[in-house]
Order: sequence, then structure tokens, then C-alpha cells
Amino acid sequence: MESKTKIKFSALLLGLFFSLPVVALDGDAAAGKASSAICMACHQADGNGMNIPGGESWPRLAGMDANYIYKQLVEFKSGKRVNASMAPFAMMLNDQQMKDLAVYYSQQSAGKAAGGGTDTELLAYGEKLVTQGDWDRYIVPCASCHGPGNKGAGAHFPGIAGQHAGYLESQLIAWQEGKRDNDPQHLMLAIAERMNDRDIKAVAAWLSTQPAH
Amino acid sequence: MKIKSIALLAGLVLAMSLSTSALAKQELRFPINMPEPKEGQVVHVPPTMDDLEASNLHPELKRTIRRGYDLFMNTQQLRGENVFNDMNCKSCHMGEGRLPFAAPVWRAAIAMPNFRGKNQHVNNLEERIAGCFAFSMNGKPPAYGSDDMIALTSYHQWLAKGLPIFERKNFYGAGYPIEKAPSTPSYDRGKKLYTENCAICHSDDGSGMRVDGTPHFPAVWGDLSYNWGAGISRMHTLAGFIRSNMPLGQPMTMSVQESWDIAEYIDSQERPQEPRFTGDVKDTRAKYLDTFHKHTNYGLEKQGRLLGDHENFGEKDFVKPDNLRPRTFK
Repeated sequence: MESKTKIKFSALLLGLFFSLPVVALDGDAAAGKASSAICMACHQADGNGMNIPGGESWPRLAGMDANYIYKQLVEFKSGKRVNASMAPFAMMLNDQQMKDLAVYYSQQSAGKAAGGGTDTELLAYGEKLVTQGDWDRYIVPCASCHGPGNKGAGAHFPGIAGQHAGYLESQLIAWQEGKRDNDPQHLMLAIAERMNDRDIKAVAAWLSTQPAH
Repeated sequence: MKIKSIALLAGLVLAMSLSTSALAKQELRFPINMPEPKEGQVVHVPPTMDDLEASNLHPELKRTIRRGYDLFMNTQQLRGENVFNDMNCKSCHMGEGRLPFAAPVWRAAIAMPNFRGKNQHVNNLEERIAGCFAFSMNGKPPAYGSDDMIALTSYHQWLAKGLPIFERKNFYGAGYPIEKAPSTPSYDRGKKLYTENCAICHSDDGSGMRVDGTPHFPAVWGDLSYNWGAGISRMHTLAGFIRSNMPLGQPMTMSVQESWDIAEYIDSQERPQEPRFTGDVKDTRAKYLDTFHKHTNYGLEKQGRLLGDHENFGEKDFVKPDNLRPRTFK
């Protein structure tokens, strides 16, 4: 049997190993910054996007997982993820530019998201649904996949805390309506289609008030 | 009998809500395919934490049950004392321990004290929970009668509210039921299915996923997973868990055969040593064969290696927790 110290040490090493990103994306942040001019009109100079009530909100990219951003860009270009505003810009990017941009934005720091509103009842309901889910309707808590504090988990489960409410809402609706279909194994789609309008509004509102980092 | 009719009524309500939701949402791409209750089955709908707040239980009892719920949902707070792997109670007992077909824990609260085949003596609810800590959490149970143990048993008992004790009923959704595998479970098919359906969360090497050092998706084999004595290391238990609960949010989407194949693949991997280890894996398998290991791959050769033939106890520095012991009444 191994000594206690040795076991503790290997556990520590193991912990370190698992907290590293699975695959580091081969992109260059400086090059990404140079390419980012075309993104700024919507995603803003600091990458924090903008919540647009009643319109199409521009998501925060700052501080998002690089592999996640890269995958979305690839899929906007291929048409696997469909969005009229985003498609023309993705078409302009080559693979290396996508990687560079993804790395660049992943290293920016997230600002404060907007769109949470002041409806305390709605926010309280959102908090409950996000943190506890509603298992009787098989709506699992968001953090089951999106990571501790909903700050993201790896390349496939993006941070949703501190994202603009308008964007979160639009994506959940897009899944419901079959307009977004690029989630692996439809893990998100299955949950989104069980949510009603109030669920979506509440969850999006509360998540936008939470810290992204 | 009043209790019986309440249970039956609850069953009806659930059955009705199941069928109306199925009817209204036929267009769903991922319908919730929970089986309808069978004739004669008793459906227990456990109370929620909101029900607890609204109840007239003593404030101190409410506080204790809340503490039990918190331990159940975040068992990692006992890491290094009672828990020595990346599991939480809720990892297996999905939906706060309330979900049908995810071994809802209220059943232990009404069945205990009872004789358990696994350890061949009468166990009360605390000792039943101690079993989870010793095997599934690869750890050391909180002391009997300790604050944490009382909190956990109180939460279990709260979920059983309204049920008669010591009455063996055919409960809807108890345990992890699954039909027999149509054909012999296959490691190769299981490996392919695991890669396609499970690895995104549980990793190709079974280690699950940590986020900034915090356990997130549970490890399904390896040092940070449950040990060789855990109930879910039995093939039928794991197959049943998968069938009814995985991938998350998509119950009953893996077929019976696929569930057994994945279980065969996962159960052909290594995990921490069985706490009842005698020093020899074949001897240990033989000793607990009838009561347990006839359902596991422990001590069998799989993919060219003898499973469980090691002295790796995971993160803990003991083999068997000292509070697991036979009872004699002498």
C-alpha cells in the first residue's frame, strides 16, 4: 500500500492534470486582436457584446472558452449553426483566424452583463430554476452541465453566468424552434424544449446578473 | 387505509400528468419516456424542499433536514473526511434523491431496519447510508449518531413522508430496474457507445471532468470513482442506471442492449480496491460471490488483465472503514 503522503501527492498531481484544458487551441491572441476589427461593431471593442432589448442581442465573447468560440465560428461558416447576422462574418475568416480570434477573446475579461431587469419575483424564480432545476418536468439544474457557478465546463458547456439576458433568451428559443441544432448530442435541446416562456425569461434574467468569472 | 389511498391518488395524478404531457408535447424531439405505472404499483411522490418550508415541522427539524439535503447535493463538502472520490449522493440518486428509476432514497427510509444480503445482518438507515460512504464514496461513513448522519437520515425520512413502514410494496420507479440483456453484453460495442454518448462528460479515460479542480462530471472508473464494492459496480445496477438516466436529460434513449454494453465496458475498467479485500482478489471474490460479486467483473480477467488485482485504495489511506462491522447481539 502506498504511503499517505505519496497518495496525497498523486491526488494533487491528478487534480492539476484534470484542471488543465483538454486541448489547448493553437491560436495567437495578438493575431486575433488584429483580426477582431470586423467583430467590434457588435461584440464591442472589449468583447463584452451588448444586450439589446427587443432586438438581437450581441453575446459577450470575453472570457468564454476558446475551444467553444472556435467551434461556433466553424459551424457558423459551415452552416451547422445558422444565424443571418453572424454568417457573413464567419465566411470571411479562415481556420487560423478563427483560432486566433477564439484565443484572443477567451483571454479578455468579462464585464457586467445586462438585461436582468428588476422583477424580483422573476429573478427569484430564475435562481431557483437555474440552481435546482425542476425535476418533475425533467428540467435539470443548469450547473449540472455548465459547471460550478454556471461559469462553463470545457469546450462543450459554455459559461452562461454573466451572459446578456437577451442573448440567452434568444438561444433557448432558437433551440425550441429548431433554429439552433449544433449542441453535442442535443443535450441542450432536450432541456430547452421542455421550458416555457416564463422559465426562459427567468433563467436568462437571473444568469445575466451572476458573475462570469 | 388512508395512506394507501393517498399513495394511489398521488399515483393517479402522476400518471395523469405523465400522459397529458406526453399528449400535449408529441412534437418534442426528446420526450420524457418514463414508463407509466403498472397495474398495482404504488406511486410515491416525495415532498419537496418547498413543501418542507410550508410544513409545520419544528424549526430545528427543518434545519436538520435542510442540512441533510445540502449534504446530499454537495457531498464533496465532506471530502477528505468521509468522501475520498469525486462523487456526490446526487451523482447516482438523481433529482435530489426523488427521481423515479434513479434509486429514490425514500425506499431505504421505509425498508430499514432490515436484513441485508450484502453484509448478512440487520442494518438500520444509518448503516445503510454508511454503506454508500464506504463503497460508493470510497470513504469513511460519518459516525453513527453524528450531526451529519442524523441530517442525512432526516432528509431520507422526509422524502418518505406519508408512506407506511415495513410494508413491501411494488413501488413505481424504485431502484434501477432493467430487463435482461437480449444478447451477451459486448465490450467492443460498449466502448464505441461510450465514446459516442458518454465521453463528452465522463472523458475517454473515465475520469469525469473537473473545473478548476472542482469535481464536475463524476468519474465512472479510476481512482476518483466508486470502488469495487459499490452497488453500482454490479452490471445490472449500472445498466439500469444508464438506461433510465443517461445521457443527462434524455432518459430511456439508450436501448436495453446498449445500456448493458456500456455497463460491460465501464465494468471492465479498474477502480479502487474493494474495502472488504482479504489481500487476494480471487479469494475476496469467492468470499462475497453469492451475496455480491456474481454480478461484478471483480476478480475476473477482462481484456487481458485480472480486475481488482492491486492495492490501490484511491485517495484514502485505509482499506475498510472501522465503523463497518458485523453485528452479533452477543
